Amino acid sequence: MSFVDLFAYDFMQRALVAALLTGLAAPAIGTFIVQRRLALLGDGIGHVAVTGVALGLLTGTSPTWTAVAVAILGAVLMELIRERGHTNGDVALALLFYGGLAGGVLITGIAGQGAATLQAYLFGSLNSISSADVWFTAALTVVVLLTTLGLSPQLFAVASDQDFARVAGLRVRGYNLLIAVLAAVSITVAMRTVGLLLVSALMVVPVATSQQLARSFRTTLLGAMAVGCAASVGGLVLSAALSFRVSVAPGPTIVLLALAMFTATWPLGVWLRRRSRLMAPFPEVTAAPHRSADQHAHQHGEDCGHPAVPHGDHVDYVHDGHRHAVHGEHYDEH
Amino acid sequence: MTDLPVVLDQVSVAIGGRPILRDVDLTVHAGDMVTLLGPNGSGKSTLVRALTGLLPLARGSVRLFGTPIEDFSAWHRLGFVPQRSTATGGVPATVREVVASGRVGRRRLLRPTSAADRRAIESALDVVGLSDRASYGVSQLSGGQQQRVLIARALAGEPDLLVLDEPTAGVDLPNQQALADALRRLKQRGATIVLVAHEIGPMMPLIDRTVVMRDGWVAYDGPPLTQEVASHTHHPHDHDLPGGHDHAPHVSSPFDWERRSRP
Repeated sequence: MSFVDLFAYDFMQRALVAALLTGLAAPAIGTFIVQRRLALLGDGIGHVAVTGVALGLLTGTSPTWTAVAVAILGAVLMELIRERGHTNGDVALALLFYGGLAGGVLITGIAGQGAATLQAYLFGSLNSISSADVWFTAALTVVVLLTTLGLSPQLFAVASDQDFARVAGLRVRGYNLLIAVLAAVSITVAMRTVGLLLVSALMVVPVATSQQLARSFRTTLLGAMAVGCAASVGGLVLSAALSFRVSVAPGPTIVLLALAMFTATWPLGVWLRRRSRLMAPFPEVTAAPHRSADQHAHQHGEDCGHPAVPHGDHVDYVHDGHRHAVHGEHYDEH
Repeated sequence: MTDLPVVLDQVSVAIGGRPILRDVDLTVHAGDMVTLLGPNGSGKSTLVRALTGLLPLARGSVRLFGTPIEDFSAWHRLGFVPQRSTATGGVPATVREVVASGRVGRRRLLRPTSAADRRAIESALDVVGLSDRASYGVSQLSGGQQQRVLIARALAGEPDLLVLDEPTAGVDLPNQQALADALRRLKQRGATIVLVAHEIGPMMPLIDRTVVMRDGWVAYDGPPLTQEVASHTHHPHDHDLPGGHDHAPHVSSPFDWERRSRP
C-alpha cells in the first residue's frame, strides 16, 4: 500500500473532511476568545470534556453527545465563575480543569475501558471517525461559522470592551455565554481529529500566527481560519504518511505543524512591528530651539539607508540616536 | 419637562456592602455640559457607573430621558467612554474597526454595515481628528490618540447624551486640545455631556456647570469652578490605577459571589 492509495480509503476521506471543518471552526471562535484574553479557556473546556467522554463510555451512549453536553455545562459554569468572581477567577478555572481530567480518567477506569480507548479522544485518531461523526462535525461547524461571522460586530464589541457593550444596550452575559457555548461546541468538533488535550492549540495558535502579519481584526479572523485549515489538513496527511513507519496520532502532528507556521511568521511579524515603530511620525513640538548638526559628510537621501520618519512638513533622518532634518545647505538636529 | 437626559433622585450605591454614594441628587438639562470633579475615591466614577446602569442602586432612582433606568431601552441615545480601559485587545484591530463597534447599539442582528453606519463612522473619526489614521492599528497610536478612538467609538452611535469617565487622565496637552475641540463640535450639535475629569484644561470654556463630589456626597453644584478652587484636597497627579479604584477591600476566595448589575 502506498501513500497515495491511502486517500482511497473511506476512513481517510472522512478524516480529511473532519479536519478541514475543524480547521475552519476552531480558529473562528478562537479569535474572539483571544480578543477577550482568555486564550486558555479552550484548554479548560477540553479538560472538562474528558469527563463527558468517560460518561459516554460508562453509559454506553455516544461519547460525542455526552462530551458536547458536559463541555457546554463546563463552559457555562466557567463563564459564570469568571463573570461573578473577582481576581481569583483563574484559580476557580484551574480547579475545574483538574476535576474534569481526573474525573474523566477515573470514570473511564470504572467503565472498564483502558487508557487506549481514552487516548483516541485525548490526542485524536484517524480511523475512529464514523460517517455519522462527519455529519455531526459538519452541522456543528455550520452553526459555529454562521454565528461567529453573522454576529461578529456584536461579538467583537463584547470581546473588546464589556462595559461599553453593556451601556450600548447589548446583553453582554448572553453574548459571553454564546462565546463559551460555541467554544465548547467547536472543541467537541475538534475532538476526533486533534484530541481534547490539544484542541485549544487549534483555537489559539492559528490566531497567533495570523496576527503576526495582520493589522485588522477581520484579516486576523480570516487568516486564522486559513492557517487552521492548512495546519489541520496538512497535519493529518503528514501523520498518515508517517504512520507507515511509526505510530503517530494526528493531534500532535497538527499542533506541531501549526506551531511551525507560527515560528515561520514570527520573525516577519517582529520585523514588521519594529519597522512600524521606527517609521511612526515624530510629534510636532512648537518653538524648539534651532540647532544645526556638526560637520556632516554624509548625504541623506531616499536611499541613504537611514529611516526617513515624517515630522510635520518634512522628514527626519534617524541615525546613531540623532534626527537630522535638511535645512538649506546643512542638517538641523530635530 | 419629561425628557431631561439625566435625573438622579436620592441615589445611594454600595459596592461589596460598603456604601459609596450617599443620597446623591443630580439633574442634567438637555444641551448642558456638566463636569464632575473631586478627589480620588470621592465617588465620581461610581456615580457615572450608576447612571449608565453598570452598578445597581442601593436606594433612590435614576431616570434617563424621562424613563426609569430599569425600563430604559433606548441605549443607543447614550454614548459611554469608560475610564481608560484599553482600546487594544488580544487581537489587532484597526481604528476604523474599533470605532465601527460603537454602532452595535443601532445595528440590527445579522445585517451588513449600512450606508448610515459608514457615514456615522466617518463623521465620528472626523470629529476627533483621526480620519487619516483610520486604517492604522490601534496599538500603533499614542495613549492620547487611543483615548480619542474610544470617544469616536461612543460618537459613532450618534448619542444624545455622552458620558465620559476621565478621558483626560494621562493625556498630553495637544491631545486634550483635540478632545476639547471634539466636545465643542458635539455640543454645538445639541448633545448633552457629562464629564468626569481630573484635568479640565482646554475644556474650561465649554463647561456650563460643575459638580464637586466629596466622600460620596455632592459637595458643590453650581456655576463652573476651576480645578484649583474645586480641589482643596485634590492632588492632580495622584491618578487612579487602571481598572478603577477599589472602594471595598477584596478578601475573596475563588467561588465568592458578588452581586452585579444588569446582565
